[in-house]
Parts: sequence; structure tokens; C-alpha cells
Amino acid sequence: MLLIPCPHCGPRPEIEFRCGGEAHIARPAAPAEVGDADWAQYLFYRTNPKDVHAERWLHAHGCQRWFNALRDTASDRIIAIYAMGEPRPAVPSPIVPAQGGGDGRKSAVVIPPTPNPSPQGGGEEC
Amino acid sequence: MRRFSLRTLVSEALTGHEGWERQWRAPEPKAAYEAVIVGGGGHGLATAYYLAKEHGLANVAVLEKGWIGGGNTGRNTTIIRSNYLQDESAAIYEHALKLWEGLSQQLNYNVMFSQRGVMMLAHNTHDVQSLKRHIYANRLNGIDNEWLSAQEAKAFCPPLNIAPDIRYPVVGAALQRRGGVARHDAVAWGYARGADAMGVDIVQNCEVLGFRRGSDGAVAGVETSRGYIATPRVGVVAAGHTSVVMARAGLRLPLESFPLQALVSEPVKPVFPCVVMSNTIHAYISQSDKGELVIGAGTDQYVSYSQQGGLHIVTHTLEAICELFPQFSRLKMLRNWGGIVDVTPDRSPIIGRTPIPGLYVNCGWGTGGFKATPGSGHVFAHTIARAEPHPINAPFTLDRFHTGRLIDEAAAAAVAH
Repeated sequence: MLLIPCPHCGPRPEIEFRCGGEAHIARPAAPAEVGDADWAQYLFYRTNPKDVHAERWLHAHGCQRWFNALRDTASDRIIAIYAMGEPRPAVPSPIVPAQGGGDGRKSAVVIPPTPNPSPQGGGEEC
Repeated sequence: MRRFSLRTLVSEALTGHEGWERQWRAPEPKAAYEAVIVGGGGHGLATAYYLAKEHGLANVAVLEKGWIGGGNTGRNTTIIRSNYLQDESAAIYEHALKLWEGLSQQLNYNVMFSQRGVMMLAHNTHDVQSLKRHIYANRLNGIDNEWLSAQEAKAFCPPLNIAPDIRYPVVGAALQRRGGVARHDAVAWGYARGADAMGVDIVQNCEVLGFRRGSDGAVAGVETSRGYIATPRVGVVAAGHTSVVMARAGLRLPLESFPLQALVSEPVKPVFPCVVMSNTIHAYISQSDKGELVIGAGTDQYVSYSQQGGLHIVTHTLEAICELFPQFSRLKMLRNWGGIVDVTPDRSPIIGRTPIPGLYVNCGWGTGGFKATPGSGHVFAHTIARAEPHPINAPFTLDRFHTGRLIDEAAAAAVAH
């Protein structure tokens, strides 16, 4: 289970959250003018990287607010948390936190690396 | 290939079992092949087997990053059934089920296919309507599936708790008697042995790092961790890592990879005669021939390649198992693991051409690919050999996500299965 640092409530267990999938997928502004291939890209195609993944989370059983996270899908380690609507912080990690801008929004919270739990050996069912 | 038979077994028994040969070679990759299969799981090995067996293409390599059958082939819960709702799905899974029925004989390798019946439980009115709709659709497609009352379900599977006062009482079940389980490793090994005997090179510890394309844009070969291999045809069958491999060809796919967990109990005497699944409360269970109860859980909610999932997912499943089968609450669980499953938006696979000529893909089997292994390999081999899909996989194109002709099994089986 992931320990997810909600920017508003602090670290909370994953069962309080709902993952909203890949972040920064913008609905085309004028859907009627978008061709089938581009519409399919918006609806169905995903980056699915074995690398740093930008994704949306909802603290459903907490503050009920959305935020973005950068997570390494190979280790499941959460690298950074940032607000909805903010651009994706620079990668690769370690990320230098942006200095607070004048727009009143929180800048990205960078999570210091913690030792990864050793990956589980490849089990096999017989 | 030395065939397995009673005669060879007796002769080996008399001579100290010293004459058994290696079941497949460990060849160095050649400079060029007629076709290259990327991924040495069940689906990839079956593809190579049928390329050689049915299409005369034996100058083929299967490139496997790790060891054959070490991914989802060795991690699934081995359930086999064909009672899918949509006509296209029913056709491909039934094609696979028919191949399963003769597979041990065809491969001369005991895949321990056991048609002990797959029973899917209904817990509420919606489940009843949904399962009955499946039953009627299956019968129209010539696939066996029948409705059981709760009492009949209990008679078929005596450990089942049909008490009316549990949180999700069993109100009935759909039973596919031809469904069952098989020994997953044997499927990979049997196909590997058969393909190798026909000349297919199975190259393990060989990762595909990139694709080389000719001036016409078509595939010319693959860069691997063991050198460049020229080939005009590449079939990518990389399951959870398909997006990673295809990104090396510059392609994005409508896939997301999630961890899917399973676990086994300590081995006990035969107590469980069939396969029981419940989509509503996310649990499925059978007993292996070794005696372990084999239990499958659902996927985690986030994209991951870590081959491990959250303990709360497994807990959720075990709570359901303990309610349906209270006597199992005292069993100890021995092992728990995860595999990475590639899920499409409509929960149906993608089997066919890609925008790059000569590059084919077989992916998106999501949480239920093991059951399709023979059928998947069979139609994918046809697709690669003839550069056009077999009628059974023709609807499973990549461009269905552009045209809108989805094969929507998401509502029908949106749970691990």
C-alpha cells in the first residue's frame, strides 16, 4: 500500500485515495474539429511509462481535494506532489523545488528519497 | 525431439533416467531470421510454435528478456473458460478452449488441463441478470454455460457457503463445465519444446532495445542486448511491458499496466472440486494438484511495473474467500506475488498490425490472458505469416480505438479473471 503525502493533510494510507490516472491529458477545446485519430489519442492512448509517471490523485476519504503526483512506476516511490493546473515539475529527480511564485499557489513539494523496500522475489504459483 | 511415452518412461526407468535430453536448446542468436517474436511467455512461444507448425516458418527466434514463462505465464491463477459475452470474444476464447482440449496430445507434453468446471457466483439481482445474459449469449454462440440455483451450486461445490445471512449471499451461479485449469509452466515448456524441435531458436536473457527500419519505413531488424538481428517481421508479445517495448519503436498504445496479485495457501488434501469466481466481491479460487488453494485478487488502482501490489487488495479478496468458504479461514497463506497486466480501455486484446509495416502486436490481454494462450498464438501466427489477420482476430485491431468498434468486455468482466 502506498503512503501518499496529501499536500493538505499530510501522509495518509492509499486506501483514503482514488487514483485519477495519467495527468495533463487535456480535453480538446473544440471536440467537433478533432479527427478520430486525435480523439482516440485523447480518450484511450496513454504514456504508461516504466519511469516517472505524472498522475492525479483524489483524497476521497480526507480533504476531498485533487492533486498531482510524480511517481516512479518501477519502484512505486512518489517523487513529487504538485497542484492541479501546475505544469509537471522538471524530471529526472531529484527535483529542485520551484521558489514560491506570486500567484499564491503552492509550489511542488518534493519528497526526499527513502530507502525502497526490497522488491519481492518473483513468485510463481504451481 | 524424443517423444514422451510409456515406452520411453519404462526404458529410462530401467537405465537410471540418464538418457533424458534437454527439452530445448540454448542457441546463440543468428544474424537474421524470417520472423522474431519478442517475449517468451506462453503467448509468444505458442506463436512461434504455430508459425513453424502451420505456416512452415521455422527460421524464427523467440527473444526473451528474462527466462521463458517467467512473467505472467508463471504468475496467473491458470483459470480457463470461454463464457465471454461479446461474439468476438466468445469466438477467440472458444477457439483457445478447443485447442486446450487437444493440447497435451498435440504437444506430447502433459499440460494437466483439467476441465473441472468454472462456476461464477451471483450475489444480487444485477448479477443474476448479467450472468443469465451471458448464458444466453454463450448458448447462441455454441458455448456451454448453464444456470444453477444456490442449492445446485452448493451440490457442485460443497465447501460453498450459501447461508442467506452473509454480507453477499449466493443467490445462484453460472457454470461452464468445460472450463477448468491447466499447469501454467507446462504450457510454456510444452510450446518451447515443440517449437524448438521444429527449429525455432529460443533465446533467453536477450532484451530488445530498439528497432531498425528500412528506407520504406518497414521493420528491418531489432537491436538486442545480444547484438543486432535482422528480420522483416517482428511480433511483440510482451504483456505488461508492451508499452515499454513499443515506445522503442516510437509507438504509443491504448494500454495501461497494473499490478495483479495472487496467492497460494499451504497445501491440503483435496477439498475443492472446481473453480469458483465472484466478480462482485473480487475473488476467485481453485485448488492445484499439489493441494494449494490458488487465490486471485484484483488489480491495484495505479500504473506500476513493480510486480507487487498493496496488501489491502489481497485482504479484500481474502475477506470474501473467508465469507464464501468459512472453513478456509484457518488456512495459512504461503506465498503472495504480483504480475503486471496490460489493460486496454475495452478490456479486450489487441492482436494485429501496427502503423509500422512488418511490426505486429499481441497485447492487452489484461487480467485474463492465460486462458487464451493457444488461441492467441494460433491466430497471431496466422497474422504474422500471411500479413493479414485470421478471421477470429480480425475484429481485435488497434484501429478499433479510432473507429469506435470497441469489443466491450469491461462491463462484462471488469474484474480480474
